[in-house]
Amino acid sequence: MENILAQAKKVAEEAEVFLVSSEETSAQFEANRLKHIQSKQSTSLALRIVRQGRLGYAATTEPSDAQSLVDNAVATAHFGMRVKFELPSPATYPQIDIFDPAVESTSIEKMSELGQELIALVTEHTPDIICEAIVTKEIISLRIINSRGGQASYRKSIFGLGIEGSLIRGTDMLFVGESQSSCHPITQPREVAEVVLKQLELAKNQASVPTRQLPAIFTPRGVANALIPSLMMAFNGKTVLEGASPIGNRLGQPVFDPKLWLWDDPTIAYRPHSRPCDDEGIPSQRTPLIEQGTVANFLYDLQTAALAGTKSTGNGSRGGGVPVPSPTALIIATGETTLDEMVSDIKEGLVIEQLMGAEQGNILGGDFSGNVLLGYKVESGKIVGRVKNTMVSGNVYQVLKEVTAIGSEAEWVGGFLHTPPLYCPRLSVASK
Amino acid sequence: MTNIQAIGRQLAEAVKGYSADYIEARLEESQRSHITYRGKELESVGQSTAVGGNIRALVKGGWGFVSFNELSDLPRRIELAVKQATLVGKEESKLAPVEPIVDIVSPETGNNPLTIPLAEKKQLLDEYNDIIWRTPKLQTSIIAYGDSHKKVIFLSSSGSYIQQQRSDISLRLSAVAAEDGEVQQVGLSLGSRGDFSSMRGLHQPVEEMARHAVELLSAPQVKGGEYTVVLDPVLAGVFVHEAFGHLSESDFVYENDRLRQIMVLGKKFGSTELNIVDTAAIPGLRGSYKYDDEGVPATKTYLVREGELVGRLHSRETAAKMGEKPTGNARAINYRFPPIVRMTNTYIEPGSASFDEIIADIKEGVYAKNWFGGTTSMEMFTFSAGEAYMIRHGKLAEPLRPVVLTGNVFTTLDNIDAIGNDLEMNQGGGCGKGGQMPLPVSNGSPHIRIRHCLVGGR
Repeated sequence: MENILAQAKKVAEEAEVFLVSSEETSAQFEANRLKHIQSKQSTSLALRIVRQGRLGYAATTEPSDAQSLVDNAVATAHFGMRVKFELPSPATYPQIDIFDPAVESTSIEKMSELGQELIALVTEHTPDIICEAIVTKEIISLRIINSRGGQASYRKSIFGLGIEGSLIRGTDMLFVGESQSSCHPITQPREVAEVVLKQLELAKNQASVPTRQLPAIFTPRGVANALIPSLMMAFNGKTVLEGASPIGNRLGQPVFDPKLWLWDDPTIAYRPHSRPCDDEGIPSQRTPLIEQGTVANFLYDLQTAALAGTKSTGNGSRGGGVPVPSPTALIIATGETTLDEMVSDIKEGLVIEQLMGAEQGNILGGDFSGNVLLGYKVESGKIVGRVKNTMVSGNVYQVLKEVTAIGSEAEWVGGFLHTPPLYCPRLSVASK
Repeated sequence: MTNIQAIGRQLAEAVKGYSADYIEARLEESQRSHITYRGKELESVGQSTAVGGNIRALVKGGWGFVSFNELSDLPRRIELAVKQATLVGKEESKLAPVEPIVDIVSPETGNNPLTIPLAEKKQLLDEYNDIIWRTPKLQTSIIAYGDSHKKVIFLSSSGSYIQQQRSDISLRLSAVAAEDGEVQQVGLSLGSRGDFSSMRGLHQPVEEMARHAVELLSAPQVKGGEYTVVLDPVLAGVFVHEAFGHLSESDFVYENDRLRQIMVLGKKFGSTELNIVDTAAIPGLRGSYKYDDEGVPATKTYLVREGELVGRLHSRETAAKMGEKPTGNARAINYRFPPIVRMTNTYIEPGSASFDEIIADIKEGVYAKNWFGGTTSMEMFTFSAGEAYMIRHGKLAEPLRPVVLTGNVFTTLDNIDAIGNDLEMNQGGGCGKGGQMPLPVSNGSPHIRIRHCLVGGR
């Protein structure tokens, strides 16, 4: 790395070398039994240079080939964007625990057993369900060095356990599932299984819904796939800078229900999305986004922050390319109402676990619309069964402007969102 | 760059000396470039290279798979794949037989987009961005161009050794219009199997896209409910991919007895006018190839013929387990993944109706155009239109906000009651499955009319 940085400095004003390597092993189950074991080793090195004020970028899987990498970066710097930021100087990083050696030492045999136990718990409850499951462990090593002397590195361990089951009766199909992840090994499959068993119980009967506006409860999974995609775009500093965020000029203003609090937090110990610094070497911080319904901040990387005249929030993330602003882990504060209390408050309404196709509409404008892949009908304060052939549509800004209640218990969804259920007074429902 | 041919020749011998039922390896080298714009400014331009490979081993029905960037010490990686497979395997290995093939497929000439200078690509994108920005009320634009060229060597313990090359280009443009806190977005997705000239000359569609985004600011949202819906060839192509294509992928079916009963060959899905095909064997489309990633030659597979289920897509394993012939549909997005059953170029064959005939007797319906996205859960599917219009009394009427359509596979195909004569293939899509996304595919269809389609709305 130092060698590449030295070579790059010969042809550029500034340079940064980013190296990430990972070792991942997974046990994969199909049709209720172990089918694959996979190991993946990967290395990726990216070079950013500033040459005549413009950014050049090149990446390779072969760090030994320094010259081609530098040449490629120089070629792109000819057209690259004008750099408005400075690479970070040496900095102090928060101590965030994200590595547990017990993940690395978990044997593949142990992982296979864990998957088998998980499937057994689900098939004992519903013998004719067909499950796919995956147990993964991954060790990620990351290092960044730049020409201003800045350097950062960390190791992270991630362990994941997930299951998806399908239950087919005639041409009726029910899909259930849950996954959990941690920087510690997950040793008990029970918690994941319990979620799936509850879904199976609630979906035992079918119920029909009318085509009209109904109150709706979004479960944590429902919040994740119906509401979060729009918010992620809206709080992205880049969207704001372009004037394309519906809340871009509402900083400090009440836009959401005053019960709503949302923040981005990469500093929670042993969470897979936590990290001491972002992918540009900026120290991690907790960034409030919604405080008491008021827009508090947007998320920035270095360049976007410089253009917007503000500071990076440590949200520069590389999804295989150049850094862009991206949330790490989003947290919605818990409220005071239990899920049972929400359900018992509804005369006729819906509980939404999963919408299919929710992210396909005008999510920039906050619209969402999707088929209820997993959701339940509420009648007179009780969940009476699963709904099918039902579409719901709404707009995030309308839905979150007035929230009836916020749940008192939060859950992690997909590792990137920690949220309680949200109860909304009305949502458009179309049904066959 | 590492010479994968030399490594390939050594590996071809090495994979034969292990106690496994079958071992295969893929080695891949690739170059990519990308240019993106956010707003008026170029956001990012970059070039990257990658070399990597994988070993896949089969022992008693269990699979081991090892992927890597470091091409040293390959015998150890083969051992690991065999060890993993041995740990899994408790049954009998079943793979449909294929003849070992030795073939160095000559590259398609003149279609490596990486040979076109970045300056030339940038100039074209600048022209498109200028057009977008000439539109009043335009808030911002997003342009993402990416291209790649890769060489892949496939070899197996049964003696296959195949080298293939492929290029791919994708271009997505979107225009965002805003007014009074309202934001509307329209996109255009294009793709090509490496022919950069097909990215040129799009000035008019780009201009229409930007104008349409502004038009949507004042467009109403459709009222949710059931409608007669007419799909344009692009959206009908997405529909056939989502609503039927995925259900034809045998890896969902082969170990699921209930699904096998539902998807029994001969089952009636639609009218006798309905024919659905998947084929990688047409040259030049984004889903095309000579051999799949298990070294099986590409075929043309009828999935539905005259309304009846007549075929499905297979890997060697799913074909063997279902007692059917392999179709050459095992594909991996890159060396980091094992091949799984995927679509290639999927389309509805043309019928006889003209567009005017299709809409003539619709009193109130929705004309949905252009791809925005789609997904399936096998039984249910949703897909969304980038553009939509009301149809009133047999004529196109006011534009609508983008619509999301949904349906049930087992009833919706049977609700197709008119198939146009105007088949078009769309190269702009990318398919995701099993974490492998976006895989280059193409979809196509003529205009089709569907009765009783559920549309989400206010």
